[in-house]
Amino acid sequence: MTDLKPMHSHEGSVDSGSCDSRREFLGTAVAAVAVALTGCGKLSKEEFLQHNFRELSKDEIQTIIARLEAEYKEKFHKTVKVGNEAAMPGVIFGYALDLSRCIGCRRCVHACVKENNQSRDPEIQWIRVLEMEKEEGVNIQHAEQYYNPDEVPREGHFYMPVQCQQCKKPPCVKVCPVGATWREKDGIVVVDYNWCIGCRYCMAACPYGARHFNWGEPHIKDADVNPDTHYLGNRPRPKGVVEKCTFCIQRTRKGLYPACVEICPTGSRKFGNLLDAKSEIRQVLESKRVFKLKEDLNTQPNFFYFYGV
Amino acid sequence: MNTAPIRFAGLTLLLLAMPSFAHEPSKKGEPVAQEGIQVPKPPFSEGVFPCTACHDGKQLKVNTQRRELAMHSEIELKHGPDSRWCLDCHDANSRDNLHLASGEKVEFTASFKLCGQCHGDKFRDWRVGVHGKRTGSWNGPKQYLLCVHCHDPHSPHFKPLKPMPPPTRPEDIKLRKGGAR
Repeated sequence: MTDLKPMHSHEGSVDSGSCDSRREFLGTAVAAVAVALTGCGKLSKEEFLQHNFRELSKDEIQTIIARLEAEYKEKFHKTVKVGNEAAMPGVIFGYALDLSRCIGCRRCVHACVKENNQSRDPEIQWIRVLEMEKEEGVNIQHAEQYYNPDEVPREGHFYMPVQCQQCKKPPCVKVCPVGATWREKDGIVVVDYNWCIGCRYCMAACPYGARHFNWGEPHIKDADVNPDTHYLGNRPRPKGVVEKCTFCIQRTRKGLYPACVEICPTGSRKFGNLLDAKSEIRQVLESKRVFKLKEDLNTQPNFFYFYGV
Repeated sequence: MNTAPIRFAGLTLLLLAMPSFAHEPSKKGEPVAQEGIQVPKPPFSEGVFPCTACHDGKQLKVNTQRRELAMHSEIELKHGPDSRWCLDCHDANSRDNLHLASGEKVEFTASFKLCGQCHGDKFRDWRVGVHGKRTGSWNGPKQYLLCVHCHDPHSPHFKPLKPMPPPTRPEDIKLRKGGAR
């Protein structure tokens, strides 16, 4: 206390105003510097000073959601609801995909885009369907993702959709330098789009190519925007952030199946609670031949592939 | 330093900004018990049901002889055609029903029992949700499909589909002013 210089003691009288205006001034100054440094002219002061989602209080979350909803209303000319449902207790989500049934029709890819408000232009898709040769088996070296015959399945081929594997040891989370992505209690790996700095380390770390970057300003027609969203899921994203499959967090946390499960015409996609012994996913794991993609990397996915035959 | 007024102002602002509808978290944590098997209506071709509209035993007499039919020519039997024909599954005397190998009559809405006679492994998988499509709620009521919704009983192999468009190849991404760099 004694080494405090005298000028500190009457600092308050320097600008003759209250703390309020000084804070305001500092906030605006920081925001202005940020705008100058980053070139992000559209970033509001509130947005710039916003904290990581996990550090926010309930009130702060409500304020931010109200701000986002107002922004979306202005941008898309309709009411977009941003939810923040928490993980249900006693639930860890698991997913299984039947490789013996998938015919590679890509209904899931497009249902996912529709549900999760991915940018249509530039195009972002969270599910990639790989066409593989039956003779080769599951071999990424012999996979083709741009196949486009008149009819699927093609003779001698099988199909392997790949999306986020919701790993128990997610390498993407490990490398994020700012903690903008994490694994939720129900096993869903999520991204805080307002905290993501767009460094794309996570994309380099993910062995499944499951993360996607908004290289350009995302474009979705107003009519195509799904208004039922979740803060950590399908709310419209800004340019310069990474996004990924969240098992349709806005649906599954309300008890619904993910959109890809609902659309699949072959019933290849199975989803449920890994902690519920009677769930479909547990039936699959207990009675079928199951494998994990790139199991040797010890990422421990909660996404399984199986042969239902 | 007197910070109380600032705190008060901040709190007021927060409260004002808070939407009036407080968000209710979902209460579906508990799995709901499954009651029976709910299936949609069987996928009849238009105008064929009820079968007794024609097969009433008066206009058409029952003929159990295996033969080429004059009617129902759209049906191509590709379901073990050498060892099977219409009346193995359709009941000759009660036309609006199917029947099991035992002779027991089965409604069209419960045709899975008929399929399950031979395809027991698939039937077991279907009952627990491993085979076939389920929609609805992962922790609540689910909608099943009948076997025949995906597999035409006369020609059960799943029909090929036209795939939806593939992703854009990187070399085909168009450069756009103000868009992607």
